[in-house]
Amino acid sequence: MNTKQLKKPTIKDIPQGRLGMWLLIAGEFVIFGGLMVSYLLYRIRYEEWAEMASHTNVILGATNTFVLLTSSYFVVKAHQAAQHKDSKKITMYISLTILCALIFLVVKITEYSQKLHHGFTFSGKELAASGKAIESSYWGFYFLMTGLHATHVVVGAIVLFIVMQGTRKGKNFHRIEIAGLYWHMVDLIWIFLFPLLYIAH
Amino acid sequence: MGTHKKHGFWHRYFFSLDHKDIGFQYLLTAMFMAAFGGFFVYVFRYNLAFGPSDIPLYGDLAAKQYNQLVTNHGAIMIFWVGMPILLAVIGNYLIPIMIGTDDMAFPTLNKISYWIFLLSCIVLLSGFLMPTGAFGGGWTMYPPLSVSDFGYNNPNTTFWSNFFTGNTFFLLAVALEFISMLMGGINFVVTTLNKRAKGMSLMRLPLVVWMVNIANLLFMFSVGPLIAGAFMLLMDILVGTGFFDAYRGGDPILWQHLFWFFGHPEVYVLLLPSIGAVGEIISTFSRKPLFGYKMVILMVIIAAILSLVVWAHHQFVSGIDPGAANIFSLLTIIISIPFAGMVLSYLGTLWKGNIRLEIPMLWALGMLATFTFFGGFTGLHLGSNVFDIYAHDTYFVIAHFHYTLFPTVFLGGFAAFYYWYPKFSGRMMNKTLGLIHFWGTFIFFNTIFIPLFWLGLQGQHRRIYNYSAWNDLLMQPEHIMARQIATVSLIFLLLFQFVFLFNFFYSLKKGKKASKNPWEANTLEWQTDSPPPHGNFDPYPVVQRWPYDYNHPEKELDYCPQTES
Repeated sequence: MNTKQLKKPTIKDIPQGRLGMWLLIAGEFVIFGGLMVSYLLYRIRYEEWAEMASHTNVILGATNTFVLLTSSYFVVKAHQAAQHKDSKKITMYISLTILCALIFLVVKITEYSQKLHHGFTFSGKELAASGKAIESSYWGFYFLMTGLHATHVVVGAIVLFIVMQGTRKGKNFHRIEIAGLYWHMVDLIWIFLFPLLYIAH
Repeated sequence: MGTHKKHGFWHRYFFSLDHKDIGFQYLLTAMFMAAFGGFFVYVFRYNLAFGPSDIPLYGDLAAKQYNQLVTNHGAIMIFWVGMPILLAVIGNYLIPIMIGTDDMAFPTLNKISYWIFLLSCIVLLSGFLMPTGAFGGGWTMYPPLSVSDFGYNNPNTTFWSNFFTGNTFFLLAVALEFISMLMGGINFVVTTLNKRAKGMSLMRLPLVVWMVNIANLLFMFSVGPLIAGAFMLLMDILVGTGFFDAYRGGDPILWQHLFWFFGHPEVYVLLLPSIGAVGEIISTFSRKPLFGYKMVILMVIIAAILSLVVWAHHQFVSGIDPGAANIFSLLTIIISIPFAGMVLSYLGTLWKGNIRLEIPMLWALGMLATFTFFGGFTGLHLGSNVFDIYAHDTYFVIAHFHYTLFPTVFLGGFAAFYYWYPKFSGRMMNKTLGLIHFWGTFIFFNTIFIPLFWLGLQGQHRRIYNYSAWNDLLMQPEHIMARQIATVSLIFLLLFQFVFLFNFFYSLKKGKKASKNPWEANTLEWQTDSPPPHGNFDPYPVVQRWPYDYNHPEKELDYCPQTES
């Protein structure tokens, strides 16, 4: 008799790190969800915001989308390597991921400096003073949402780096998967932010 | 296990990874914060009854300080007393020993969440040291009041001058507290799902473990929008964005939606662990199986889901659509059905039980009675928009929510405390002092708030610092008398807490030694030593039955531990 076949998988079979990360991701989505719903409510109310949204740089935004999607691919490859406990490959793929994160941040900073150059600041005081009071609030959401997301990119990159250092010592390979889950979440949030802020005119 | 090493003071209270020590840290911190909350309420209640000058232990109270004290009393009692005691202490201390494991799933995360909690306490209290004073715009932080003088309304302020204000510190403290409780919540849920002892299926979990977990999930799914809103409000204060500035197209009502989307479930986040502990106690001291265990869990899940769609009943006078107000009234009144089911099952447990009126049982019964009869029933009134528009912002509302929160946090909290004290200290609490504490608290709690119901119906407004400035505004002798009854009762209530403090520390040193299972209860925590050693169990228990097999027909004793086959 093979008793193993009779045993149904239970929730206890999920590793606790993965379960914890899923809960964290659920919490993060509710936070970003709150921001996105607030933004959408304003966006539907104010026609003026469409004009502001046209000032975003779609090409740079699309570049960043591509960069983040590529980085997610590298994380998946790193996870594959982690299943074979191949720390050399892990180091390579995680380094590529972190490189993508850095490219993302450089592009982000370029975008921000362009916006500030055109007088679209976070507080929007300049725009409000020039008579565009309602339009000015759009930039509050733009900078708050992308800024909060960029913070998550930085945190995710640091976490990946720490986890990579651990695997180079030949331990805690499972952490690649958990940090990878977090990284996919960062990616997914950007997939929501990009059309909301950049594309929808 | 068994090789428990005695650690020094610093190690035990600041760096310990043991869930029992961390639970104790939360308890002490919450008691410390409760002292502040209690002192604040004493000062402003004294002012309302006897005038603002020469308040004993305080001095003169200015109108601005009155607002600050009221704001911080509310925030402290909910976020820094209710949440840590009911979620963090019960969750940390009880979950691992009730599900039969050695510690939490992530001990380090647990320690970090306590540190963040401690930091949030320090940030909140340092708000009082800021040049502009502590935040005084109400614990709900409604803009524009919470942003006025800063941000968009004042071009002369800078980022740093806005940063060092009570408003910013208050908001940061609340945000830190949320982060701490979120981390704790993830830990509790993962621990419960993943680290249960052999044989402990979900339907064999003690009720309080279920309740803490449902409360944590509810907290996780409701707090997100408020964290988002807190970022927006913080930016309005610090850099002058216009998220809630009506002139710039922002909507102050949006904050109210984001706040109450969290704020209403928050009441249940506090209530569920408390009612769970009360369920344990009622079953144990009635010597009867918990009536309708599965129904209670189902009802609570329904109530938790419903609580996410009732928030606008806090905003009936904020200018929301009357049609929407009708829907929210209906949903609010529907939510009383699952809670009525829960109360019914507790009454069913008591029915023909072999009731032992020990101290925890008294607190539990007091909680059930006051919460249901005063808190719940007046909630039905206020949930209906027709009545709420009349009673809004009166003392009727104050009396209502204190009749829900005081039984939840304090009566339920003390029930749990007296019940599990022998387990965590290894000694019994003094029963006479416990009786004095119970009756003192219970009687004076009622004599505080029953006059306030009456004053509210007479039309006494919530947010007035000194009624004597308006002689036609409820300054008849009977109104003054009612305020004084409430205030004097409050002072007695606070004095009776010293009996508790004395009993707490006295019994810790001199109390009678407690056996493993002084209440003859079934759950796993009573099968290990009092206090449990490091690692809790040796060997790990194997669970054979559900936790409420009292007076089982096939057993000789009137209880039957979960480990017994």
